Amino acid sequence: MDRMPAWADAVLVPLISLLLAALLSALVILGIGENPIEALKLMVEGALLRSAGWGYTLYYATNFIFTGLAVSVAFHAKLFNIGGEGQAMIGGLGVALVCLYLPWPHWSLALVAASVAAALFGAVWAFIPAYLQAKRGSHIVITTIMFNFIAAALLNYLLVNVMKPEGQQDPATAIFPAATHLPTFQDMFATEAMPLFRGSPGNVTFFLAIAACLVVWALIWRTRLGYEIRALGHSESAARYAGISPVRTIVIAMLISGALAGLMGVNTAMGEAERLVMNATEGAGFIGIAVALMGRNHPIGVFLAAILFGFLYQGGAELALWTNIPRELIVVIQALVILFTGALDNMVRMPLERVFAARRRAARKTPAE
Amino acid sequence: MTMMKSLLGATAALALTSGAALADPALIYDLGGKFDKSFNEAAFNGAERWAEETGGSYRDIELQSEAQREQALRRFAEAGFNPIITTGFSMSTPIDNVAGDYPDTKFVTIDGYVDPEEHPNVKSILFAEEQGSYLVGMLAAMASETNTVSFVGGMDIPLIRAFACGYAQGAKAVSDDIEVIANMTGTTPAAWNDPVKGSELTNAQISQGSDVVFAAAGGTGIGVLQTAADKDILSIGVDSNQNYLHPGQVLTSMLKRVDVATYDAMQAGADLETGVETLALEDNGVGYALDDNNRELITEEMQAAVDEARQKIIDGEIEVHDYRSDDSCPALSF
Repeated sequence: MDRMPAWADAVLVPLISLLLAALLSALVILGIGENPIEALKLMVEGALLRSAGWGYTLYYATNFIFTGLAVSVAFHAKLFNIGGEGQAMIGGLGVALVCLYLPWPHWSLALVAASVAAALFGAVWAFIPAYLQAKRGSHIVITTIMFNFIAAALLNYLLVNVMKPEGQQDPATAIFPAATHLPTFQDMFATEAMPLFRGSPGNVTFFLAIAACLVVWALIWRTRLGYEIRALGHSESAARYAGISPVRTIVIAMLISGALAGLMGVNTAMGEAERLVMNATEGAGFIGIAVALMGRNHPIGVFLAAILFGFLYQGGAELALWTNIPRELIVVIQALVILFTGALDNMVRMPLERVFAARRRAARKTPAE
Repeated sequence: MTMMKSLLGATAALALTSGAALADPALIYDLGGKFDKSFNEAAFNGAERWAEETGGSYRDIELQSEAQREQALRRFAEAGFNPIITTGFSMSTPIDNVAGDYPDTKFVTIDGYVDPEEHPNVKSILFAEEQGSYLVGMLAAMASETNTVSFVGGMDIPLIRAFACGYAQGAKAVSDDIEVIANMTGTTPAAWNDPVKGSELTNAQISQGSDVVFAAAGGTGIGVLQTAADKDILSIGVDSNQNYLHPGQVLTSMLKRVDVATYDAMQAGADLETGVETLALEDNGVGYALDDNNRELITEEMQAAVDEARQKIIDGEIEVHDYRSDDSCPALSF
């Protein structure tokens, strides 16, 4: 079978899928009696034409980059890590412990330590499912999803009974000391004359996420370990034949995946809320799956897909604020994008492949003059 | 170019509508959602009543994520809405962060607490849930034939434990040796909207002998009340008057007048008096519901006993322990 050119695979397929999703969303919005063009304008205006909107878009995108990378690293070893949610929660716990119980002179030091703690906690949370998969063959999808619930229960117990300051209603830790507050985009870029990013949660963690993209790219395509992970993903028996230990590789891939998901805790706990709240992850672990699918498990793709989903989240918030479109419908719009770019990928790909194949055949029949 | 023009046009249109919205109130619902038949819906009902009576208009939003809390506050404040009313204790910290930036806007946090010294433009409205729960606990104990009553909470948080604790104290005030079974639906926010699990918990409690169940669980309570009606035991609703859901089978509802608080705040408008207000039995901020749907279930003796206790609580003769004051409960262990 003829292959499509790479640009069509990487750009054309997602773009057409997106257009289809947008078209269907427009019909849905029409169906409830709102104007889809106005809705799109609101989303673009609120998410991309105000600097504070960008602050939110990039804040959400930061979460999705981490969880998207987590899913893709595991996926290169053909492991389906659905536990990003739990790993991120526990990562946030690591951040909270570092920020609350150690004195920090400056945010940069605290950021390094909190990142290490978040990655460590996330990795530890991924270790047990990884070990069970590698040694006992317990399916990683089942175990990681179960660990999400265990993480939620553990966090709930700790926040309600142990870490909550006395007399506070909200099940959350105390606010982290001021020295650990990360600089937001507002702190970094706003001036007296140009009050950019006002009040938005986007912060320095975004650059950490970009760094994580680079590291993951180098790891997967430029190191021996990355080669082993990919080899195992393509064929376990061939990898074994080449002397690669499946147990070791599965565990290491999952540890890296868990660490990446855990790093999301830095953004939500330290960057945004400046304390650990119960509901900090809010499904970003699951959105990471869609982001990885759409991004073809490549860091650049993950980065772009994360920005798109950040836009959808922030644009959705704008819709909720200024229209009467109910929030359930906003979820439907977001779900349509996931459906078309992730699940229905082949619906667009196969006709496109046929078109390209036909064109190539036609080109062969009529040789250039 | 035309793209840019139309976008600028949209911005201008938005700016215009924002201007027209000057001094309209805004309402922010917590994650449970506007139509939970309970807490948030009570706020919605209060707002609707205000809009109907005064012909005014208001804007509302159902939050979807934690990061939207501050965002919604800021965007509404920047657009000139006043006052901005919020439901749920989770809004108190975001208001604490935002209120200083918008000194001319009044914020209302229902169920939350913001230090009035620090932010003079914030009104905190709290409810003495333990008092209302105490009264329905008494009713439950008097209606029970098996001497076993039960409680289904939503998410396991101090607020819900305060409901359970007041309920257990009321039940034990009627009958010393009564058994009070308390279960929480879950540990994630999904626990506010899981009627299936609420139903399972109710079944489990029935098998342990309970014949009156009190649901303080938001949307989950729908499943609790449904199962209680199906299995022919009595149930107790929460926040809004839920007696109508299963007439003759809902013993009563623990009222928390979020609707009145919302209505009053909208009525006061920008001249809202700020500070901290605790709505207790004496303000009719909490209480129990008595209407045509449950009048036959509440005998005259029951009503007399509860009304007497109500007066004693108001007079200070009975002191109902609040779980939140010291994170412990004398009548129930969690």
